[in-house]
Parts: sequence; structure tokens; C-alpha cells
Amino acid sequence: MIAVDLSETLVRELNGRLHALPPDTNERHWRILNPKGRHALAVGLSAPIEVEIDGHAGYYCAGMNKEATVVVNGHCGVGVAENIMSGEVRVRGNASQSAAASGQGGLVVIEGDASARCGISMKGVDIVVGGSVGHMSAFMAQSGHLVVCGNAGASLGDSIYEAVLYVQGTVESLGADCIEKEMTPAHRETLAGLLARAGIAADPKRFRRYGSARKLYNFHIDHADAY
Amino acid sequence: MCGIVGLFLKNPDLRPQLGAHVATMLIGMTERGPDSAGIAVYHRPVAAGQCKLTVFHADPHYHWREIGGALGEAFDAEVDVEHKSNHAVITVAADEAAARAWIARHHPEVRVMGYGQLMEVYKDMGLPAEVARKYGLAAMEGSHAIGHTRMATESAVTTEHSHPFTAAPDMCLVHNGSLSNHNNLRRWLRRRGLEFETDNDSEVAARYFAYRLGEGASLAEALEAGLRDLDGFYTFTMGTRDGFAVLRDGIACKPAVLAETDDWVAMASEFRSLADLPGVEKAVIWEPVPAIVYTWSVQGTA
Repeated sequence: MIAVDLSETLVRELNGRLHALPPDTNERHWRILNPKGRHALAVGLSAPIEVEIDGHAGYYCAGMNKEATVVVNGHCGVGVAENIMSGEVRVRGNASQSAAASGQGGLVVIEGDASARCGISMKGVDIVVGGSVGHMSAFMAQSGHLVVCGNAGASLGDSIYEAVLYVQGTVESLGADCIEKEMTPAHRETLAGLLARAGIAADPKRFRRYGSARKLYNFHIDHADAY
Repeated sequence: MCGIVGLFLKNPDLRPQLGAHVATMLIGMTERGPDSAGIAVYHRPVAAGQCKLTVFHADPHYHWREIGGALGEAFDAEVDVEHKSNHAVITVAADEAAARAWIARHHPEVRVMGYGQLMEVYKDMGLPAEVARKYGLAAMEGSHAIGHTRMATESAVTTEHSHPFTAAPDMCLVHNGSLSNHNNLRRWLRRRGLEFETDNDSEVAARYFAYRLGEGASLAEALEAGLRDLDGFYTFTMGTRDGFAVLRDGIACKPAVLAETDDWVAMASEFRSLADLPGVEKAVIWEPVPAIVYTWSVQGTA
């Protein structure tokens, strides 16, 4: 375990050390102390290491993550795990806006609540939220899964493409072209798998599924010639 | 982009350290607002029948004592003048509106930054650390304070355009965001007799809320009316005699974090500014829900 105390070390220096690690590094376990809401902690990681952040993180924590596992023992500011490619990012507390925005792969677990725009423009990432998500979550979501164990705010899944949304609680409103869809045994199995990977105990039978009605302009075959 | 901080002390034992904590919070928001900074501090209540005015003139050697003397003669009242850099706090045993009218008439070159029984307002160009040092923020005691660090978008970088904006006694507003209907709203308020000192959009919001409060609205009602009438992006924090209020617009592009312990309630644009508050590790920390009015007021402590 390598400990880095941010009351003594600059974020730039920390990130530089993490970026310099080769894929076969033996320095696999890192603990970041005194994050105090600093921005851009552990961004751009690309080695299969584990980084634990002991406290609250600021903006864009673990952004662009590849291969690494990042655990935040606290809350996160805007854009945690934005554009995640692979690996896992886990927030033990709450996350602010745009969690896992445009994520392309990997798993993002928010054990508490996520606020507005969770999973906006997600492109393959799997997101599991233990609590609720705010308005405009999964806006223009293209692929991947968003699991919400609590409630979803207004305009869930507005202009959604092929991403799949599972919500256990209430949905304040669905966005344009987002509809409720049948929950088949196959969906329940997928959901059970996501919950298991996230380590969150919930009964898949209690969730509803939402996705695209495929009625917006870009889904209409008559418009294909426009491109 | 701008930064907002607010600290309200529930535990009176912490009052001697109010300024020190707020200075740390303000400096924590430097990256969000390096153009200018300002604070409103609620402390040192004046005696009944007195008012205090925080006044500004760009000349740090401005003849404040002479003005204080003339004001005292005009009202046949005792005047106390405390000079801090290009600001002064004038305490006078007179009606606050009459004292402001006297200054406007006899010294139009002087700008009144804040007025009331408790609130003092200091704002200036420069980095938050410089502004805090210039006015001795760290040494100030008090019950609560609001601060702002500005990155200008809608109007010029001057002391006058800095926040907080005052529009009523012991009331001030700081704003992160930009309003898109401020010209319309300014005309609407002018028709109702309100006067404006700048072309700043946040001043419009401050005067709008003061107008609603003047109509008899409660603090929460005034802010809820703002949700209907103000178009644009905003996180507002409003300071009042006995507390403060926080409101974010429904779209919520501008950030805010709230934290509360048994000893204090704090608000900041980002957690960075709360990270060094005493006992923050045990605080309840949350993001205020968009379009919901949050108010705190503690009876008998302010």
C-alpha cells in the first residue's frame, strides 16, 4: 500500500506518478489522504491498480478511467468517472451532477445518491446507483445500463438511443421518446448480474425497465437520405 | 463562473472565529473567481436608533472623517467613522434612509455598499486573498457572513460590479450564474420606482428580491417568486439579519454544496471551501435540490 497525502503532495504530482505506472506494475494499491474536495484526482489512469481516496473528491474524479479500480470513501463533485473506458469507480457517498457522463465501458457504482444528468450521453458504461438520481439522467444515453435503486428525477432518458434503464422507485417524468418497456426474465437476469457486480442488495423483480420508443427524427428511415 | 460561500454560526462560542473561517472559505474559491471578491459580515449591532453604512470611494485617502463630521452636524447626532482601505463604516444615530439620502445629495461620488444595523459589506477588485487581507476579514467576529468571488461575464470588473449587492437594510445577495431577462426586469422595477446603481444582472436580482420583500413576502416567498420571474442560470445566496437563504434555478447548471453540524451551517459552490471548517468530517453534506428554497434563521442569536 502506497499512501499519498495531498496536504503534502500536489495533485499533478500524484497523477503523474499514477500515469507513469506500467501495466505490470507491482505498485498496485494506493491510498490518497486529505483529498479535501480537490479536482481531477486519479484521472486518466490506465493500469490495473486500486486507488482508494479517503475523503471527499472534487470535480472529474477518476475521469477517463481505464483498467483501474478507484474507490472514494466520501462524496464526489461534478463529473465523477466521466468518459470512463473500463475498470470500476465506486463512490461510497453521493455524487454530484453528470456522474459517469459519456462513459464508454466499465462499471460506476454510486452507493448514495447521484444528482442531475447522471449517465448523460453514456456510451456503454454500466452505472448502478444505490439511491436516487436527479433530473435529465441518461439524457441521450446511447448504450450501457443505468440502474437506479431509488427514484429518478424529471425527464429520465430524454432522447435515449439503445441504453437500458432500470428504476426501482418512482420516475418523476420520462423525457422525450423514453418509454416503459416489458421486464422479461432475460432483463431480470441482466439486472441481477449488474446488482451483483455492484455489490448492492436489491430484488430485480421490483424494478421497471425504460428505454427508447425509437420515434424521434433520427430513427425514422425516411430521414436516412438526409445524411 | 463565480464562487459563493456562506457561513452561519449556530454555536455562539465560534463567533470570534467567523472571519477566519470565512476567509479560508473565500480563498478556497479563488479559481472560480479571481477578478474580484466581496463579503457581507453580520456583526457589531448598533444601538437602537442608530444605523451603520458601509461606504466606498476609490481613493484610499478619502476624507471620511470630514464627511462623518458633516453628517453628524446635519443630523445633530454622534457619528463614528472606521476607515478601512477604500471603505469606511459610518455609524450614526439617524434613520438609515435619511442618512443614505444625505450622502447621495452631498457626496454623490461616494457609494453606499451596505446599510442596516448589523451588516457590513466589503468588496474590491483582486484575488480573494488580497481582498480578505485588505479589510482584515480573518480578524472579524460575527454570527454569519456571505462571500463571493467573481469571474465576470455580464458586466465590467470594477468594485461597483462586485458582489454582494445590497437592496434593503441588512440584506445582501450573491449570485453565481447569469440572468437573461435582467434588462426587462430592470425596466419593470424602474417603473415601480426602484433605482439602480449598475448595469449588473445580479443587482437586478437583489433589487427584485428586495421589492418582493417590501411587498410583504417572506424570505421563502420572495425567492419562490424569483423562480417564476428570473430567467437564466443562478445559484443565489441571500444574507439577512438573522440568517441566510440558498436557491438554485431548476436547470441547476451552477453548483452548490451545503453542510451542517450542530455548530454551523455552511454553503459553498464547491466542497473545497468547506474542507477546513471545524468538525466538517462529521457534517451532513448535501447538494441543494434545484428550484427548492433553503432558509436558515435562528431567533435570538443575531
